[in-house]
Amino acid sequence: MTRDTIITVRGLRNQFGPQVIHDHLDLDIFRGEVLGIVGGSGTGKSVLLRTILGINRPAAGRVEIFGKARGEMTRAEEQSVERRWGVLFQDGALFSSLTVAQNIQVALKEHLRMPQKLMDEIAAVKIGLVGLPPEAGPKHPSELSGGMRKRAGLARALALDPEIVFLDEPTAGLDPIGASAFDELIKNLQATLGLTVFMVTHDLDSLYAICDRIAVLAEKKVLVTGTIQEMMTQEHPWIREYFHGPRGRAAMAAKSAPPKS
Amino acid sequence: MARNLHTNLLGIDRAGTLLIRVCSLAQSGCAGGLRVGPYVMTGVAEAWLDVSEDASSLMLRPQGDWVVVHADTIDKALSDIHTFDRKTATFDLSHLSRLDTAGAWLIYRTRRSLERAGAKVTIAGATVPQSTLLNAVAKADRPLRAEPPSGNIFTNLLVRMGSSLDEGARTGRDLVGFFGLVLETLAKTIANPFRMRTTSTVYHMEQTGLNAVPIVSLISFLIGAVLAYQGAEQLRRFGGEVFTVNLVAVSFLREIGILLTAIIVAGRSGSAFTAQIGSMKLREEIDAMRTLGLDPMEVLVLPRVLALLVMMPILGFISAMMGLLGGGLVVWLELGMSPAMYVERVKDAIDVWDAGVAFIKAPVFGLLIAMIGCFEGLKVEGSAESVGQRTTVSVVEGIFTVIVVDAFFSIMFVKLGI
Repeated sequence: MTRDTIITVRGLRNQFGPQVIHDHLDLDIFRGEVLGIVGGSGTGKSVLLRTILGINRPAAGRVEIFGKARGEMTRAEEQSVERRWGVLFQDGALFSSLTVAQNIQVALKEHLRMPQKLMDEIAAVKIGLVGLPPEAGPKHPSELSGGMRKRAGLARALALDPEIVFLDEPTAGLDPIGASAFDELIKNLQATLGLTVFMVTHDLDSLYAICDRIAVLAEKKVLVTGTIQEMMTQEHPWIREYFHGPRGRAAMAAKSAPPKS
Repeated sequence: MARNLHTNLLGIDRAGTLLIRVCSLAQSGCAGGLRVGPYVMTGVAEAWLDVSEDASSLMLRPQGDWVVVHADTIDKALSDIHTFDRKTATFDLSHLSRLDTAGAWLIYRTRRSLERAGAKVTIAGATVPQSTLLNAVAKADRPLRAEPPSGNIFTNLLVRMGSSLDEGARTGRDLVGFFGLVLETLAKTIANPFRMRTTSTVYHMEQTGLNAVPIVSLISFLIGAVLAYQGAEQLRRFGGEVFTVNLVAVSFLREIGILLTAIIVAGRSGSAFTAQIGSMKLREEIDAMRTLGLDPMEVLVLPRVLALLVMMPILGFISAMMGLLGGGLVVWLELGMSPAMYVERVKDAIDVWDAGVAFIKAPVFGLLIAMIGCFEGLKVEGSAESVGQRTTVSVVEGIFTVIVVDAFFSIMFVKLGI
């Protein structure tokens, strides 16, 4: 199977002052996959995400998105790339002065021209897709619970029907039921919309449940990538600790247990 | 038996032209539809719709990329589709190259409205992902409001008037309560002086007092000069330009110096207090303090109140001195009165109570500004927008209260004859 690469990172170097976060980091993201990024605290998972998104400028290295290198794109090309991805920030990062529906419509209003009625319909569909009740539409983010804010953030990320969505710790701060419902949601949307998902996560259950491939960040680079089964056979001490530790074993047991129904 | 179904739709797109040709099955070989694009967006092709019909059925063939960038055009095209008593309609998706949620929604919506009109609608040629998407969209079909409900404009006006009156009354009452709380905390701190947050208090003294000296000095100096200049101009008509000195000296010592300082401090420090405490409240830092057994009144409010209580008289004094200096300069340049003479005349013009009045008012103003700043900060809730609103309210309320209290002081001092 030949795989279509949509994002390529080569020789990436990030540093803040004397502190080097990434050095010679290489990573590929293929179309249609769910890629999970794991790594200890401080290994620069979020920095990597921000670098790919262009919020953080790397010290060296090349980031190619949809075949075009960052830094070589014109502003118009950058904007067209930005329209092809969606980002869910950790706490949703919803605009607090807008309602949920208006949050979803921000990108539609900015980039496209369409009547308000159609925008309202599209917002309603997105709110339905992420499993929020319609009553959530006219609410402000401060009136929502954490889990609902994440769903609303995801709905906003999906506003322009992106090809790839970036999720920064989507299940952090959710209760186990909410977290697995969110996993399920991402899986469904991925299947329905044919999304590519780039997910920074600490949640082992998410890794087992939805990730096709896992990339481990350690020693300032992507140490290995592979399926969860391949991770289990790795000899690197940190990876062993991560996947064979008590939580790793529990998550594996949950996955291999027969489904209830 | 051919009849054109719709002929309008000539919206011109941002980047491209739009064509529409509608033809019927009877006129075979006629390719028709509407075209959009080419869009600036990379990777998106055109979208168009072939419509054909015969006596009993309608055939709709979406083609190209039915994605969100074309939603507007597709929406317009589809809203013109009617079955006109035909029993069946078919969406043939086999020529569609891309479909996203927006496109799927539009197909679903058209199908729904055709079915409501009594036609039987089938969808043919959909791939598995496409039909999954159509099903998902059908499930998400629930009407929704984008904004909270808003009522009649007149009732809204009444409601707003009422609620702002209510709000004002509440704020007044709560402020009195807050004042009591501040006094209680102060009393507790006096009883246990080791609980006093000295570092914090000194820090706020520096921030609100020392750092405000340049701006307070500059503004007072300029206002003093302006006052002297305008006063001299008016008093010259009566030949009493020497009384410019009395004008500047008395008004600056009694009123302007301290009032000006209060307004600057309310804008500078009252707003800062609200924003600092407000954003701490947003990030649950205040709640965290409470759980750690720290009293926010003691840790946050009291140091700020004490800092302004101490710094206001000093700033007011500096302001008065700078006002006199500015006035003196103008008097020297305009009226040719020597600095030594000016000082002599200032001494004659004022008595000790002119300065005394200002020193009675200053701590009260400081207390009010600090209290309102902290009070509004603690009222922040919800969103970042609330911090902005509360900060505005804090400055407006602070200045308003200071001026009202100043008026009361004036009446009181007149009655007391000082």
